[in-house]
Amino acid sequence: MTPRPGSTAHDIAVIVNGAERRARVIPRMLLADVLREEWGLTGTHLGCEHGACGACTVLVDGEPTRSCLVFAVQADGCRVDTVEGLAGDGPGLHPLQEAFRARHALQCGFCTPGILMTLVAYLRLHPAPSETEIREALSGNLCRCTGYQHIVQAALDAAAAGRAAAASA
Amino acid sequence: MRPAPFEYFAPRTVEDALDLLARHGGDAKLLAGGQSLVPMMNMRLVRPGVIVDLNRVPALGDVSEEPGRLRLGALVRQHTLERDARIAAAVPLLAEAAPLIGHLQTRARGTVGGSLVHADPAAELPACMIALDAIFRLRSARAERACRAQDFFRGLLATALDPDELLAEIEVPGAPAPRTGHGFAEVARRHGDFALAGACAVLGLDASGVCRHARLVIFGVGDGPHLARATAGLVGERPSAARLAEVGRAGAGEIDARGDLHATAEYRRRVAAGLAARALGGAAARAEAA
Repeated sequence: MTPRPGSTAHDIAVIVNGAERRARVIPRMLLADVLREEWGLTGTHLGCEHGACGACTVLVDGEPTRSCLVFAVQADGCRVDTVEGLAGDGPGLHPLQEAFRARHALQCGFCTPGILMTLVAYLRLHPAPSETEIREALSGNLCRCTGYQHIVQAALDAAAAGRAAAASA
Repeated sequence: MRPAPFEYFAPRTVEDALDLLARHGGDAKLLAGGQSLVPMMNMRLVRPGVIVDLNRVPALGDVSEEPGRLRLGALVRQHTLERDARIAAAVPLLAEAAPLIGHLQTRARGTVGGSLVHADPAAELPACMIALDAIFRLRSARAERACRAQDFFRGLLATALDPDELLAEIEVPGAPAPRTGHGFAEVARRHGDFALAGACAVLGLDASGVCRHARLVIFGVGDGPHLARATAGLVGERPSAARLAEVGRAGAGEIDARGDLHATAEYRRRVAAGLAARALGGAAARAEAA
């Protein structure tokens, strides 16, 4: 019997939060789906599933990427970082997560992982952003609870904390 | 929402990609950054039976400089236009427009070539490429041809590309000649949203301030980017602000404007006229200073 079109499985190996993970995926499986369904990393949230809301943002080879717009098979051989890896192995939170907690920058939390991953990548390249720049960086992430004010404040705090840490290092 | 099933190929060379296209023809779609194609697949607006992923063809991601021109591989990411100092120096219009293309996450993945072949009427890059008089290198297993940007766009999401063809490379003239400047202006509801209207211009002056050439492209208003005819009247004149405003209005008036739930046709035309004047004004001021 000829296989049904689109059912050809591909073996992939991805470095997820520093550790290699493997899966066998059909082509139409999204990166977000393999993260959540195959590897149990449900911190990556799927909101709109067509690239409008930014909730599913993860880092692919260090770049913020909508995981609903990348097929899992495309991530073969890539490095993927998700919100689960932010804090590392330590007991504490990542400084950006700390700032979010201190500033009450989340309510329901659905959009938070995508916003954190976007900001982690952004602040790495732009350690001293203005409020306007933060808002532009976050233009691709929708939050329906907070009105963004506290998120922007938390991002500014985290940027300041990052600069202070770098200066004292 | 998940795409309909498809077979997936990830060729390593342009030749292999072209062979796959030739073999699968109209059933195959090229996948570049996927920031327009994958949403359409997720919503099942398109259901290609075969996806040919270009992301593992390194040659398509090159940026190279030659005297008088810059070559951009079709797979150059949109954020590279913001980050690469060579591009900013050779083609400052692209560096200025780039931050307005979508969002951080979509620019990280989205490609220059992908935006061009998708041909969204509100997209920045098609308009910029026409204003710059860029040349597109189109390749198929049959042949290779060059197409001027202004001949490539054929209306709503339509281009001159044949089903078995691939946009391989974009050739942009640069660095800017002396006494040449560019301008760019757009209006969107939020940063990163599709522009309701926009305009970009490239204008050259002679030593005495007389216009030698001017190209104005208005986007987001009609079915595709529009190269204004009205700028022909500027050549040989010393462009005053009032004259540029007049040309901007005339250029916007040439377009059969679209109305939708975001803006009426009349609004788009009026805003475009102002933006066109602003883009021309910016280009003239830079040309004066350069």
